[in-house]
Amino acid sequence: MYDGGKIIIGLIIGIGLFLSPFFYNAGSSAKPPDPQLTKKAKEAKVCVEPTRYMRESHFTMLDEWRHTVVREGERYYKAADGKIYYKSLQVTCMNCHSDKTKFCDQCHNYMDVSPYCWDCHIAPEEKK
Amino acid sequence: MAVDRREFLKIAGYATLFGLGGKAAIDILAPGELEASTEGVPLTEGKRWSMVIDMRKCLAKQEKGECKDCILACNRQHNVPDWGDPRIAIKWIWQDKYEHVFPDHPNEFIDERVEGKPFILLCNHCYNPPCVRVCPTQATFKREWDGIVEMDMHRCIGCRFCMAACPYGSRSFNFGIPREAPKKLNPDFPTNKEYPERSKGVVEKCNFCTELIEKGDLPACVQACDKIKVNALHFGDLANPDSNVRELLRKHYSVRRKPALGTGPNVFYII
Repeated sequence: MYDGGKIIIGLIIGIGLFLSPFFYNAGSSAKPPDPQLTKKAKEAKVCVEPTRYMRESHFTMLDEWRHTVVREGERYYKAADGKIYYKSLQVTCMNCHSDKTKFCDQCHNYMDVSPYCWDCHIAPEEKK
Repeated sequence: MAVDRREFLKIAGYATLFGLGGKAAIDILAPGELEASTEGVPLTEGKRWSMVIDMRKCLAKQEKGECKDCILACNRQHNVPDWGDPRIAIKWIWQDKYEHVFPDHPNEFIDERVEGKPFILLCNHCYNPPCVRVCPTQATFKREWDGIVEMDMHRCIGCRFCMAACPYGSRSFNFGIPREAPKKLNPDFPTNKEYPERSKGVVEKCNFCTELIEKGDLPACVQACDKIKVNALHFGDLANPDSNVRELLRKHYSVRRKPALGTGPNVFYII
């Protein structure tokens, strides 16, 4: 192999650079998301649908809500348990989950998703 | 490889023939698909919300002093910011003078009751809306069940075709982020925490207060006008012969803006 030494040194430096983020972060784990329910949400006990569904698919539901409200004019949602809800992120969801930074942002930041809901929809004011 | 004159003309001729044939084939295979639709959107089957503006009452009120209650109420309801610059103003309901509102009523000698007087303008919620026809994402659409021309802000890509298509100037573009509108002019923005704002780069317009009429309320402008007992704005169903608006239109002579364009405006003016 011509220039074997140079190639191997180059490879070692290359792989080292590639792995450097792993070494840099070794030992420290990212903070797991810790969504906090507000007092009001805790007292209510139930969300629109069961917690598991909300955790996994709230975005599907919100997408469906915005479509049916805006394009079909259906403003009310009948939940599986028969309760009727006004379909509104800003009015209904954020009424209970009024602490956006401690609830929504926890998982969204962890998963590195940035939903653009808040470009237009107004998040409730939070006490600092 | 040299192409002589004769060879070049041959190639050009064949290319033209192929081109024509190709277009014909497309037309045959997909009839009507590529043509711009002139039929417009489906006719309204259910209700047909409309507004009748009694300008006599409105102007009588404005004689006594400036009145912008309907405009302010709308802006508050829908978080419409004031940018302090007419070039980037967001207009849902606004005023302009008679001559600009009805350019197709040219008259050298105008009735002084209307000459230069401020008229109330808003989206006409056309029966055959040109803005809907041109929208490439169907962000603007006509609600088939009540005739309101509504916008789905989630879909608007800000191409502004609709602004070019609307002959009434009823559409405004967000050149800036509403939240960043001058604080001096908008001290308590957003004014309605139950209604969203818009993002930069979308078009917006009057929505006939769909969020209110679906709850059974009147649009914010009508409520504001009724509140000060002027009652110049009337909102009702044009499809129902016994409705308040049909009654008004039966009893008074009314005009619409630029009816010759065939858009079928659903806002009527009693002058």
